[in-house]
Amino acid sequence: MRITVDRNLCESTGMCTGLAPDLFELDEDGLIVLLNAEPGDELRSAAEQAVRNCPVAAIAVQHED
Amino acid sequence: MRRILVVGASLAGIRAAEALRRHGFDGELTVAGTEPGVPYRRPALSKGYLLGTQSADQIGLSVDADLDLRTGTEAVRLDLGSRVVWLRPDDGSAVPHPFDGLVIATGAVARTLPGPPLPGVHTLRTLADAAALRSELQAAAQVVVAGGGLVGGEVAAAARVLGLDVTLVVPAPGPMAGVFGPAVARMLAELHQAHGTRLTPGAVARLEGDSRVRAVRLADGTVLPADLVVLGIGSRPATGWLYGTGLIQPGGRLRHAPNLAVADGITAAGDVIAAPGAGHWDNAIRQADTAARTLLDGQAAPAHDALTMFWTELYGTRLQVIGHPAPGAAARLAEGSLGERRCVVTYGDGDGAALLVNSPHRLSTYRRLLAAVPA
Repeated sequence: MRITVDRNLCESTGMCTGLAPDLFELDEDGLIVLLNAEPGDELRSAAEQAVRNCPVAAIAVQHED
Repeated sequence: MRRILVVGASLAGIRAAEALRRHGFDGELTVAGTEPGVPYRRPALSKGYLLGTQSADQIGLSVDADLDLRTGTEAVRLDLGSRVVWLRPDDGSAVPHPFDGLVIATGAVARTLPGPPLPGVHTLRTLADAAALRSELQAAAQVVVAGGGLVGGEVAAAARVLGLDVTLVVPAPGPMAGVFGPAVARMLAELHQAHGTRLTPGAVARLEGDSRVRAVRLADGTVLPADLVVLGIGSRPATGWLYGTGLIQPGGRLRHAPNLAVADGITAAGDVIAAPGAGHWDNAIRQADTAARTLLDGQAAPAHDALTMFWTELYGTRLQVIGHPAPGAAARLAEGSLGERRCVVTYGDGDGAALLVNSPHRLSTYRRLLAAVPA
């Protein structure tokens, strides 16, 4: 699993930091910071939740199978 | 359980349907929603969509599950005895839809004032509302917005950013005083005024005009001329189709258990059960997951996490709220300065809720702090 974020789309709602606090933070400007771009499977569900529920669709996940 | 119907195709309904699939439901799954088009992200309506920086295509809500989505389809009646919901597609017919499991997520509708509809008077709840308002804002000169809540505040700010003359009618001492207390309300009032939005204390009593709105009259007799009026005076649960079932409380919300069970094989999520002022994005998605699990596992599912958040943005100033301030809870400035509009205010001795003003980088910290305190 590989996570990418688009800081140009980020609107600082902070949904991601609530759904997946191990993967995302907001910086001083309120923009998303990716803490771990290639997390293990134990964080897969949290990452997918964050992708689905970002109100501005600023997060994407690619699965390499 | 072979056949599940989700009534409501906005955030709560769509996410509940996805959660049903994610938790293993492989039977027939139907989602019916009243609005004509594809699901969309409602928070964008009063922000980018109204300003014209985002199109309808850009605010779509992803639907990530195998389901039968029926848009333009209204639920008109629930028959508890025979476990049937009567659906009315846009051709006007009424079709019985039997179910084994039902998720009620019909949301809420905007409150209006008594009297017949008057051209030039708007509410903002649906994409159609927003499209109509966006179009009329182009030609408007004098806008009056009634109500300083999330919708009223954001609409006033958007209209002002579009260069219009805007008056916001809100009881003293300012917007959202009942939620955030007088000090924050005064800060919000100053924020609007600093951007050229006029504030008039009071409440709208009546609309004036014949073929089109001409003015609003306040309870104290003040008359404000207007060629466009937006009513941001709250919402009520869209539960009219459930009258007579015994499932509704006074005020229109559904009775429900902590695990969101409403009746045997029936759960609910979103604004049909949200506490007043708590119908928000985060709340809806958390409830959707709980409603789905309760439906599939009976009583096994845990209560939904109450520590949810919501946000609003006014003229570039961002407000984020973790938890929900209890009515009348003591507000305490935990850090920063209200005057500089960069601060954190906590409610209820720090164990209830926190309001972050232009401080998104403090979200994780306060979420942890609040989560660590037993409720």
